[in-house]
Amino acid sequence: MSLLNDLTGAGPDLRPRAVLLRLGAIGALVTGTAGAFAYAGGWLSPGVLTQARIVDRFEAVNGSHPGFRRNHAKGLCLAGRFESSGRGARVSRASLFAPDRATPVTGRIALAGGQPYAADAATTVRSLALRFQLPDGEEWRTGNNDIPVFPVRTPEAFYAQLLAAKPDPATGKPDPEALKAFLAAHPESAKAAAQIKARAITSGFADDTFRSLNAFQFVTADGTRTPVRWAFIPEQTATAQSPAQAAATDKNYLFDAFADTVRQAPVRWHLVVTLGDAGDPTADATRPWPAERPSLDVGTVIIAETQAEADGNCRDVNFDPLVLPAGIMASDDPLLSARSAAYSVSFTRRAGEPKGPSAVHDTPVSGAGL
Amino acid sequence: MSTTARFNRPARLLHWTMAVMILAMLLIGVAMVTSVAHYHALVALHRPLGLGIFVLALLRLANRWHHPPPELPSDLPAWQRRAAHASHLLLYGLMLGLPLVGWAMLSAAGYPIGLGGAVVLPPILPRDPSLYAWLRSLHTLLAYALFGVILAHLGAALMHGLIRRDGVFSSMAARPIPYRSR
Repeated sequence: MSLLNDLTGAGPDLRPRAVLLRLGAIGALVTGTAGAFAYAGGWLSPGVLTQARIVDRFEAVNGSHPGFRRNHAKGLCLAGRFESSGRGARVSRASLFAPDRATPVTGRIALAGGQPYAADAATTVRSLALRFQLPDGEEWRTGNNDIPVFPVRTPEAFYAQLLAAKPDPATGKPDPEALKAFLAAHPESAKAAAQIKARAITSGFADDTFRSLNAFQFVTADGTRTPVRWAFIPEQTATAQSPAQAAATDKNYLFDAFADTVRQAPVRWHLVVTLGDAGDPTADATRPWPAERPSLDVGTVIIAETQAEADGNCRDVNFDPLVLPAGIMASDDPLLSARSAAYSVSFTRRAGEPKGPSAVHDTPVSGAGL
Repeated sequence: MSTTARFNRPARLLHWTMAVMILAMLLIGVAMVTSVAHYHALVALHRPLGLGIFVLALLRLANRWHHPPPELPSDLPAWQRRAAHASHLLLYGLMLGLPLVGWAMLSAAGYPIGLGGAVVLPPILPRDPSLYAWLRSLHTLLAYALFGVILAHLGAALMHGLIRRDGVFSSMAARPIPYRSR
């Protein structure tokens, strides 16, 4: 019996050559399995965009701000409720749309960008994130922006745009050549940028309209699907920013004004759902849907309270747009999975970091009856 | 040629079903945390699959309790015997531990743990971001450990089946296969 047979425990009837061959086969199978794992984990395709790279680029562009969101870093927490009009039940079986149903809501208003201490500015994109807590543990989380369309169509374009729009440390403004090159390579973004630039800028958060931008699907109990986009439309009449606001020295003037407004009376937005047609672009958030599409006012979000970010409130919530209740589903928009993935990485990173105080503090007013 | 004691039918069925599920789970998991385009679809698979593995692992333990596995061959070197026992202990620990850490981690993150439709698992830990961050790293570490033990298990099983031909592989094979008597 050979040494090889001795070492491997093979019987004398197996020739050393056969032992080697079989050892080779075993090695190949084990290596192949490890290779499949490496392939699935992306180690064999180093050039591909990953969720970590998206968040890395936010950090590269904005610098390090431990404990804060990598985007929409400056914000204020909200609490209130959603009162259904009952009109949404026709298109979605989500329980919050049932007639006479009130659903508790928490949320967050924020400014786009990864700078948690940036001064409020009129042209900065504003966002409204909401978390509806349905019965039996179901939730609907949604992040909405005050722009008419999203500036990019794909995650790859988003990644490229982040770099192209990075402010030059010398001038504080993006390199115009880099932006021009990006828009030339992404004509859909050039069109979207023009619409975003032309939008009416309101005086603050309370009179602003926030849109889903991405398409979703509403699903009824019998399985009928409708492509939808939605908007939170303020009950308050929109007014333009005043010269006094433009000259504000308060770095948090937008947030402070919103907190003051809520202190006086709850702020209300109508959730208006636009029902798309079969041919409407669901996978391209840079393109608006035809204006004549029907819409449904499915209920009212009533914000009765604001609170500075702190342990356990909206600061520690990931407003992942794909946390959806039964009755609302993702569309084929590639940005949705990318947002979900990148939000998750951003959340995981900041969850493990020490927390600094938010730039937006509560400014308690005596006698505030919240 | 001879045949010897084999794992009972439920044990073999559970083993091969779970082999497919766990391998799929590990590939889904490692792809899920890098993929941009398929992240959502993979997460939607990962959660119910994890719960399924947890339930089947419990069933398997119960079956193993009532129907102890066949003895290892008497001529197996002592270190291999110890390695076999240790790796099986690790496999059971990880098959049960990984889904539990996943469930605990999503609870600490404050995510609703949807399994599809309106079915949501209740949280098993209070919301705590720093605990979430810790459990999230642990989940990855344990998943790599499980994959490593599975590679060792696969290699050892094939050594028994192709080189030693001592009935160990045959005891778990779907059908009895003849092997060299010793």
